[in-house]
Amino acid sequence: MSPDRPVGALFRRFRERLAAERTAVANRTGGEPGSPTARGVGRADSGSRATGTGAGVGRTDAGARDAGLTPHPPRDAAPTVGRRRGGKGGRGGEQLTVPPAEFTSYYGRPVLKPPVWKWDIAAYLFTGGLAAGSSLLAAGGQLTGRPALRRAGRATSLAAVSASAYFLINDLGRPSRFHHMLRVAKLTSPMSVGTWILSAFGPAAGIAAVAEVAPRLPPHGVLGPVRRLLPPTGHAAGLVAAVTAPALATYTGVLLADTAVPSWHEAYPELPVIFAGSALASGAGVGLLAAPPGQAGPARRLAVAGAALELWGAHRVENRLGLLSEPYAAGTPGRLLRAGRALTAAGVAGAWLGRRSRLLSAASGGALLAASVCTRFGIFHGGVASARDPKYTVVPQRERADRGA
Amino acid sequence: MPDANSLYGPLDPAPDAGWEAAPPRMGFFTDTSVCIGCKACEVACKEWNGVPDSGFDLLGMSYDNTGALTANSWRHVAFIEQPRPAGHRTPPFAGDPTGPAAGSPASAAVGAGTATDTGTNPGLPPGRPESAARMSTGPEFLGMPGAQPPGRGAGAESRSDFRWLMMSDVCKHCTHAACLDVCPTGSLFRTEFGTVVVQEDICNGCGYCISACPYGVIDQRKDDGRAWKCTLCYDRLGAGMTPACAQACPTESIQYGPLDELRDRAAQRVATLHERGVPEARLYGHDPTDGVGGDGAFFLLLDEPEVYGLPPDPVVTTRDLPQMWKRAGLAALAMAAATVAAFVGGSS
Repeated sequence: MSPDRPVGALFRRFRERLAAERTAVANRTGGEPGSPTARGVGRADSGSRATGTGAGVGRTDAGARDAGLTPHPPRDAAPTVGRRRGGKGGRGGEQLTVPPAEFTSYYGRPVLKPPVWKWDIAAYLFTGGLAAGSSLLAAGGQLTGRPALRRAGRATSLAAVSASAYFLINDLGRPSRFHHMLRVAKLTSPMSVGTWILSAFGPAAGIAAVAEVAPRLPPHGVLGPVRRLLPPTGHAAGLVAAVTAPALATYTGVLLADTAVPSWHEAYPELPVIFAGSALASGAGVGLLAAPPGQAGPARRLAVAGAALELWGAHRVENRLGLLSEPYAAGTPGRLLRAGRALTAAGVAGAWLGRRSRLLSAASGGALLAASVCTRFGIFHGGVASARDPKYTVVPQRERADRGA
Repeated sequence: MPDANSLYGPLDPAPDAGWEAAPPRMGFFTDTSVCIGCKACEVACKEWNGVPDSGFDLLGMSYDNTGALTANSWRHVAFIEQPRPAGHRTPPFAGDPTGPAAGSPASAAVGAGTATDTGTNPGLPPGRPESAARMSTGPEFLGMPGAQPPGRGAGAESRSDFRWLMMSDVCKHCTHAACLDVCPTGSLFRTEFGTVVVQEDICNGCGYCISACPYGVIDQRKDDGRAWKCTLCYDRLGAGMTPACAQACPTESIQYGPLDELRDRAAQRVATLHERGVPEARLYGHDPTDGVGGDGAFFLLLDEPEVYGLPPDPVVTTRDLPQMWKRAGLAALAMAAATVAAFVGGSS
């Protein structure tokens, strides 16, 4: 195409970037981009899979090498593989022997559409879990006579479930149509199931929290009967919320897994477990923050149980899925999940060692809440990363197809 | 009573969705071996369905200026332009010397980063430069569109083998449509023709269908927030007409008709091509026993599906849904048990 021919702005930018790139490559390789030796170093099975004649240039990385790129191993995959194979501390300039995942794609474009969910949904994963965990804590406090746990749990639950509703509606393309979710009830749609779980949980958690203001109402006059009726109503509502809470905390695992996003879908056995653990740990965090050490015993034990579930699940997801574990270890998701693990460990240790210290207990509670946030965002972004790269769609499916054929 | 194969396996979708006396299932057979890349299907679709314009600019990766199926492109003609012999035939320039590469993988790598604003979300996300470069490995990359046929401008010594594959992609109208199953509003529904259609007055833009589609078809418009995709011209079907793209296709690459008939025709076409020395011809999405129960819109391809940007072995995500609910139930029970234990066990 002659340079003076009018072209669109996009294509002009492409040409400019190409020119800049070429100069850079030429400077790096001594002005010989694409020397014949580097090209088409034939694997025996080179050539298109369909032809199998050996003619033509195969699926080697030669092209990428020509381009001055380093796909051997892929940039985003390198740290994971290195760390897993090399064990602990084997970092820094280590030469990798693991061959990169070779696959064909349409100009490197993703096969899938990455989720359009914004950070609201990751935040909802946290607030939904927090609402569930703290309402369980509140119900426990209510039944075993620990008013501090009950009050803190109910208040947090209402705040968290309100935030959840905000995040969920704000993420819609048409927020004014949020009530269309209530047109149908579908077991095949985890989002529909979740809508109905939230519709049961939300009002119950709200009533339970409102019931906490009863002692502040005047004992006589119009509000007198309200003052007398509120505590038993709150009691019943708190129990309803606690019964629906485990469903609220775990359905989100199905919500993410019931998608084509490779690293979410293949993690379907673990996601509900991670989210259940994370919800318990965050609920425990609220208890540790708000209750005096004398009442916080159950919160400490909940923290241990939640952390155990969360750490076990996260460990499985980061190691069991092979190639699809990679997005959870690399980049931002990897950092978030590692931070979540460290904070969980610190929170549990602090809760256990600081049994008599109000300050240390509160700090541990804060660490557990922060850990839950990190874990949720890590899992969320790990899945998004797996949908953005065609490698995670094509390679496992190609292996499956070749096995089946 | 739902069919035992409601979530997975061979199924006639319209009766399963509750249609009584449904007409035969209709679909598309897209024969890419006769596609000439004219993009009449893209234009006809936009004209008939009032789809907003997009893709007037080149992406720099090939003659493909649409890039992907989006909410604003319900047909997408993919162009695979590679310095490779096309299929089994003796490469026409096999004995000829090949000239130096024109920095081709580099231009593919840069091209992978181009993204045009399709007005949709996620629309056309950028590709991976490494993968794009790997795709165009070879002595000559044709990705940067030239004013002349490849090899003519640069002289005979730079000629090499190349292939152009073209394919008009579209929504597959799966037998087991994940988008439909996960839709929480009932906006997506199964028509009496067995196709899958979004009701725009119901959709609230939750985006679940977009993550659920194993082909990356459905997409969200930024300006109105709703999800849009091919309807297989539901309005035209109801009037006994052919969908706009198939009507416009000048080479009958896009064929429309009852799915059973199309499957027979496709099998014959593959047999003919194999007979004529095109052994790389294969069908994609025709098999009712595949991971999505067979596609309502299936294809004849000349290379592996991933070359065209299609998933090699898609499986509908809802196949595992019963297992998922079971695991969630177990996790919920564990949660309840842990809470009880935390409150009744222990001394403090």
